[in-house]
Order: sequence, then C-alpha cells, then structure tokens
Amino acid sequence: MSSTRAGWFFVAPALLAIAVFFLLPVLGGFGLSLTDFDLYTIADWHNLRFVGLRNYARLLETPLFWRALANTAFFVVAGVPASIAVSLATALLLHSRLTRWAKAFRTALFAPVVTTLVAVAVIWMYLLHTRYGLINYGLSLIGVPRIDWLGSPRWSMPAIALFAVWKNFGYNMVIFLAALQAIPGDLYEAARIDGASSAQQLRFITLPSLAPTLLLVSLMTVAGYFQLFAEPYVMTQGGPLQSTTSVLYLMYEEGFQSWNLGSASAVAFVLFFLLLLITRLQLALARRWSAA
Amino acid sequence: MKRALPAVLVNGALLACAVGSLFPLFWMLSVSLMPAGQASHLPPPILPRGATLAHYRQLFELAGMGRSLLNSALLAALCTLLSLCFNVSAGYAFAKLRFRGRERVFTALLGALVIPGQVAMIPLFLLLNALGLVDTYAGVLMPSLAGVFGIFLVRQYALTLPDELLEAGRIDGASELRLFVSVVLPALRPILVTLGLFSFLGSWNDFLWPLIILERDELRTLPLALASLSREHKQDLELMMAGSVVTVLPALIVFLSLQRHYMQGLLAGSIKG
Amino acid sequence: MVAQLLPEFEASHPGLRVHVQQIPFLSAHEKFLTAAVAQRTPDLAQLGNTWIPEFATIGALEPLDEELAATPSLAPDDFFSGSWSANEFAGHTYGVPWYVDTRLLFFRTDLLHEAGFAEPPRTWDEWLAMLRAIQQQGRPGPGGDPRAALFLRLDEPELLLALGLQQAPLLRDGDRYGNFRSAGFVQALEYYSSLAQVGLLEAQGASQVANLWDDFARGAFVFYIGGPWQLGELGLRLPEQLRDSWNTAQLPGRDGPGASLALGASLVMFKGSPRRREAWQLIQYLSRPDVQRRFYELTGDLPPRRSSWEGSDLAAQRGAAAYRAQLEQMYSLPAVPEWERIKGAVITLEERAARGVITPRAAAVELDRRTDRILEKRRWILERAATRTERNPAGSSRAVGALP
Repeated sequence: MSSTRAGWFFVAPALLAIAVFFLLPVLGGFGLSLTDFDLYTIADWHNLRFVGLRNYARLLETPLFWRALANTAFFVVAGVPASIAVSLATALLLHSRLTRWAKAFRTALFAPVVTTLVAVAVIWMYLLHTRYGLINYGLSLIGVPRIDWLGSPRWSMPAIALFAVWKNFGYNMVIFLAALQAIPGDLYEAARIDGASSAQQLRFITLPSLAPTLLLVSLMTVAGYFQLFAEPYVMTQGGPLQSTTSVLYLMYEEGFQSWNLGSASAVAFVLFFLLLLITRLQLALARRWSAA
Repeated sequence: MKRALPAVLVNGALLACAVGSLFPLFWMLSVSLMPAGQASHLPPPILPRGATLAHYRQLFELAGMGRSLLNSALLAALCTLLSLCFNVSAGYAFAKLRFRGRERVFTALLGALVIPGQVAMIPLFLLLNALGLVDTYAGVLMPSLAGVFGIFLVRQYALTLPDELLEAGRIDGASELRLFVSVVLPALRPILVTLGLFSFLGSWNDFLWPLIILERDELRTLPLALASLSREHKQDLELMMAGSVVTVLPALIVFLSLQRHYMQGLLAGSIKG
Repeated sequence: MVAQLLPEFEASHPGLRVHVQQIPFLSAHEKFLTAAVAQRTPDLAQLGNTWIPEFATIGALEPLDEELAATPSLAPDDFFSGSWSANEFAGHTYGVPWYVDTRLLFFRTDLLHEAGFAEPPRTWDEWLAMLRAIQQQGRPGPGGDPRAALFLRLDEPELLLALGLQQAPLLRDGDRYGNFRSAGFVQALEYYSSLAQVGLLEAQGASQVANLWDDFARGAFVFYIGGPWQLGELGLRLPEQLRDSWNTAQLPGRDGPGASLALGASLVMFKGSPRRREAWQLIQYLSRPDVQRRFYELTGDLPPRRSSWEGSDLAAQRGAAAYRAQLEQMYSLPAVPEWERIKGAVITLEERAARGVITPRAAAVELDRRTDRILEKRRWILERAATRTERNPAGSSRAVGALP
C-alpha cells in the first residue's frame, strides 16, 4: 500500500466521525439559526420558515440576551484574571527552590481540576449556604455579616466565579510550571551575578519569558469561561432573577425547555462569533505588547 | 533564623493553598458520614459525630446510584476504547505518513478547535433523533468518537518517533498496517495511556451532552443522577455529599494512579507545535 | 405514593403490570418534551395541565373524547369546571384531572385577631385595608424586624394571574394577542403592586431553601399565598401550640370571594402507545372516588372530583373548607403552547412593577408587546390554516373557564 493511500486510510475513520458528528451539525446549526424552527415545526415540518437573520436581530432586542451577555462578561472579567493570578502565583511558589514536597503540593492543588463539576458544585452550594455554610461562618468569625451568596442577585455570580477559580486554577498552574521549568537557569545566574534582586528577576526575566504562555493561557481560559453553563444549571438554575443566566444557559433554556431551536442555535452562534472576536482581540493586543 | 523565614513563608503559602484546594473535598467526605441533619447546625461541624454509612446505603438501595455508577463506568470505558481506535491511527498518520493535503487538513482541524462544542449540540440531537439514537449509549458516545484534541495529542508524541525506525521497517517489506501494529503502537504506549486517561475522565465528568441525550433513569450517568438528586433533596445535605463522593472518588483514584501521564498529556497539548 | 394504589389495580386486572417512574418536578417539563420529540414516551403520565397545549400541539397526546364518551362514570360535570376546561385544547379533551392545584390565602388566625380583625378579607379593598393596618401597627416579628402583613414571592405569578383573570381574559382575539393592557388587567396589576408595598417580598428561585413554615410559625408575616399541598404540610410542621392558629380563605375578588387559578396535573395518554385500552383502564381506576379517597389518606392530596369529596369528612380538615369553596371558582390559563414563555414575561414585568421600577400601566403595555411577539407564529399558522378551509385550525380557542 502506498504511503498516500495508507495515510488516508488511517485518518479516514476519525475524519468521517468528525465530519458527521461535528462539522455537519455545526453547519446544520447555522442553517437552523436562520429559521424559526420551534415546537410547531416539530409538530409539522411545514411549519418552518426561513427567516434570515431575524433570530439574530430578535436576540439583540431581547433584554434577557443582554443580561446573559453581561452576566457572562462579568464572570469572565472577574474570574479570568483571578484564576490566572492564582495559577501564576502558585506556579511560582511551586517552582521556588525553597519548596519542599513540591510534587505533593502540585497534586493537591491540581485535584479540583479532575473532579466532576456537578459533584463539587453541589459541595459548594452547601459551603455557600446562608445559614449553615462554612464560608459565612468563617466570615462571621471576622465580623463580616452573613451574605446570601446564592440567593441574592448581587452575590450569586461572584460566588460562582469564586467556585470556578477554585476548580480550575490548577490547570493553568501546571502549564505555567512547565513553562517556568523551561526558562534556562543561566539567565538567572547572570542576573544574580549582576546583583539583581528576586523581584527584579521576576520582572525582567520570568514574566517576559512567560509571555507566550500567558497569552496561551489567557486565550484558553477566556474561551473556557465564556462557555459557563454547568454551574448555573446545578447551583442556581440561572437565577436569582436571572443574575446567573449565562449565554449558554440561555441557549439551553431556549433550546431544550422552550424548543425554540432556531433562536437557540442563533444564541450558540453569537457566542461563537463573540469568542472568535475576543480571541482575535487578545492576539492583536498581545502583538502590540510584544512590539512595545 | 532570617534565612529560614522565606522558606517558611513559601511553604506556608503553599500549604494554605493546598488546604484551600482540598478542604471542600475533605468536607464532602466528612459530611457524607454524618447522621442526617447534623450538618445543618451552627456552628457548622467539620467532623462527624457518630459516623454512619446510612446515606450510602440509601443511595444505592433507594436512589439507584449503583446503576448510575455502572453507566458512568461503562460509558467511560467504551469512550476510551473508541477514542483510542479512532484517534491514534489518525494522529500517527498526520505525524508520520506523507499524503497529499496532510498539512492543510490538519490546520483545518486545528481551526475547528475554536468552535465551541455547544454550537453543534442542538442539530446533533436532531440528527441522532432521526437515527433513533436518543436515549441510548450510542447516542452519548457518538459525538466523542473523534476529537481534534486527541488527534493533536497523538500527533505531537508521534512526531518524536525516529524516522529511521519506520524506514527500516518499510525497507524490510512490512505494510503500513503491519508497521503500525507492531512498531508504532508499542512506541506510542505512553501517549496511549494519556489519551485513554483524558478520554476516561472526559466521559466520566461529562454533563451537558448526556443531559440532553439521555432520558431514562436507567441510563443516567453519575453527574445526571446527582443533579437530579440535588433538585429533589436539597435539604438532605448529607445524602447529597455521599452522592458527590461516589461521583468524585473513582475519577480521583484513576487520576492519582496515572498522574504522570496526565500531566504529560496536558503539557504536550498546551505547547502548540 | 401512587405505587401503593397499584397492587389492587393489578389484582383486578390480571396480566397487567404497571411500572412507575418518578421524575423530579423541576426537570419534568424538559424531560417530557424531550421524550415527546424523540417519541419515547410512556403510556400514561401525570402531566401539568398548563403543559397540555404544548404537548397536544406536537401531537404527543392521545385525545380522550372517545374513551370519555364510553365511560359514563367519568362525567365532566363531576369535576370542577375550571380544572376540566384546563384539559381542553382545540376542541378535544386530553387529560383527566388528577391533582387540582389552586391558590388560596393562608393566614395566622391568632395574629389576625391580634391586629383587630375577626374574619379574613372577602374583597380586594378589605384585604388591602387589612394589610395596611397590620403594617401600620408594626408589631415586632422574629429577629427584631417588624412583622410583615403579607409574604409575597415575586417569582410566582399565580396571584397576579388570578386577580387578572377575575377581571378579564389574559389573551384576546382567539388567543392571538395579549390582552394585558386591558383596563381589567392593569387594575389587577395596580392592586398587586399595592400589595407588594405592604408585603415582605422575596424573588427567589429554587436555590435558597425558603423556610416558609418556620417563618410562618414564628410570626414573620400574617398572610401568604399557598396551595393545597400545604394543608397537610402545615399540620406536620407547625409546633403543637399553633396547630389551630391558622386557616385558609378564598382569594378576594372585587366584590366578594373571587376566583383563583385551575392548576394542577392530569392523567394523560401519550400517542403511539400500544396499550391504549389498558392505560384507560388505569385512568378509570385512579378516578374512582373510593380510590381517590384512599390516595388522600396516603398523601393528603385532596381529590379532584366532587363525588370523591361527598360522604366524607374531607372538608372538615383544617383549611379544607375554603379550598373546597375555591374549587368551584377557578379559571384555567390560556390554552396556547407558548404559555410558559408568556408566563416568563409576566414574571419579569410584574416583578418590576411590584418593586416600583416601572408603573403598572407601562409594565402591562410592555407585557403585551412581548406577548404579541411570542404569539406571532401562532397567528401565522392560524392564518395559513384559515385559508385552507379543509384542514382544522391548529389551535382554535375555546371559551376559557367560566367567566362571569
């Protein structure tokens, strides 16, 4: 068998699976988003109209959509920097020469990443309980009054953001750690000989060397955080007062509770376009920064 | 004394973070053993008084958790198997086999990584509905048959295989298939473990897709059972924690025993070629 | 619980086994719809009656007209008219009422006496005056805050919908357009907003465990709006000394006790079941007055048929008298598949009006705007069907409930 034929033969199953179960639905989704597919259509597929971009236009007029967008944006803006900061800080700590039992610490800090989201969301629901939750109890010990975390529209999203940071920071931490370990030691040697302090070494060697990794991590984390769904679904059902309805949660409600599959698909694609835009933006900013 | 301080600070900070990371999990275990209602007191107890396995019994006898555990395990195992079948050959081919359009196709696949999976879910549901696969194991597994990430992972690793090894085999007259089975697969063993691990954990922890495609209680996976339980038994804190333990523990054990491979895969996947 | 009634059924119908699957209420709607779309439905189910239009529209439900005609023991007259009409859609009957849910006033009799009132209110004006008086008195409640007159959950629109329906239909023109900007509904919304001003408001979804009974027992408020399932719960959860210190009353109307909503669940049969006859036998069995009385003994759920109430002392149970009276005055909600969405819009806007963010009039106008948009496709389908006179219109309306 020639190499070319073998090559195609080897990739065919995977490509076929991807084509049928991913690409086709994605295209189908885009098509759906241009129709008014809903319950009536399920009843009788003649009840289907091509409506062009009307679903998208309607979305822009739907207050809940903007709410969902704002909620998701808040989650990203609050959660991503916090998550990256914690990841970086712990990675730096783990990387330090002063650290003992680094492997054990690394495992402990990483553990939340592999836990099932639903299971730990349930744990946090109770940790955040207004009356009996340990978090409020801890706060009360330092004189802070009880916060109704999951019951107040103001604090519900911050609570979810806190939970998300706890769950995910280990992932980026490991990536940072690997990148830190890849920085040649000679750079630090040379700096030490020149009399640079730890803080200066951090600022002039470590951080610049980490720049590409930082970019990668922020791209991945932003993309991940934009796809917020399971936490609102399990912990708050999008409430209270729709304060935790994320864009994907909206899609789920539209699609699988109201069966407005046309507009639900539009929501999904809006998310996609948004992500694309934001990724582009991040890349452009990064290019600017590295040029400066 | 002064020189010891930084070390104390660094290790102390790490310890604090580790406690922060692990405490909720520890608390989950602790509460699951508390008698019913004990956790709903002020001040909230941290350790059980009169530890009991009653909630676990209730889960398995009354709430059918055993069935959900079985479903999760079976689905995860099948997913792992399928993932290995579909992705390994493709990853190897993209790395080592020359064929026209190879680079273009691979770049296109990488582009697909940007598309969030949820975009495909609704039409995928309709497609599987037309095929009669809603509420079946097959329906759950179909979308994860091939993943770009898996192919990417294998390719990264396969790139490091020495070409001479493969050339030698070809000169000896071995067919590509033979080469793949007897030379390549053994060489790829570490990444196979990693890929298997990722697939297993990915399937075990999957929530949204099984939520959409599964309907009967008998087919529920652990995350679904837990979510359903949490909506009905909001007040039964201890029961819920037992459910969480059952859901989290197997995955944690699998992860801990194969940690090294997991980290390896994570890093390979993150450093884009 | 239903499972306990089944052995007798299975015994009297040899060869039939009934398999019951319980679904948590919060996910029931999604699960049923998904099942209906995938055509993997059970033979028979207990379905919320506000969902019947949706399921009937997608052709998932079996019309029961034939079976009903052949079963004189299931006479529509024996059921409360509001709840029977909630099972009708496009000229057919799709369900037999199983559980009737309606909303009543629940109140602490001792606290009401303390405030100077011997009887619960009968009219809107009486109630508002009572609530204001209680608020004025400002007696201390638990935890130091003043006692509230009324506990109102803003994410539960049933009270507002009942008040609205007392005045005018919620939709107009064959259920093609919203009727929220009608004088009747606006008045109801204005009244509701005034209630909100004297009330203890909570707009909370499912995530916080509302310790309703705890707070009721501790005197945090005097009135709240509740449903029949609480009649039994209160009996269990209140401390001994308060067992007789509460009661229920019908919802006030403009000029006397008013109507409430006909909610609840019905027994429905899904299309495509090969066991249609057997499923009907089970429905018949479960609708027998003696079986329903036994169900009451098991669960405390009061029966949906008049004959099941007769010859028993069900109405003597605390709180049941007002409930029984209310059952005679109920309106069903509009029978359109889009109802859940419209209800969502109602919740959003009534909450804003109640919190004073916008005026009731503005809220009503906006509600109409959203409702009209939600119903756009229905209008299109009806128009299309009207131009094809051979086909039956997809959703011709029926007179809703028993409007005065």
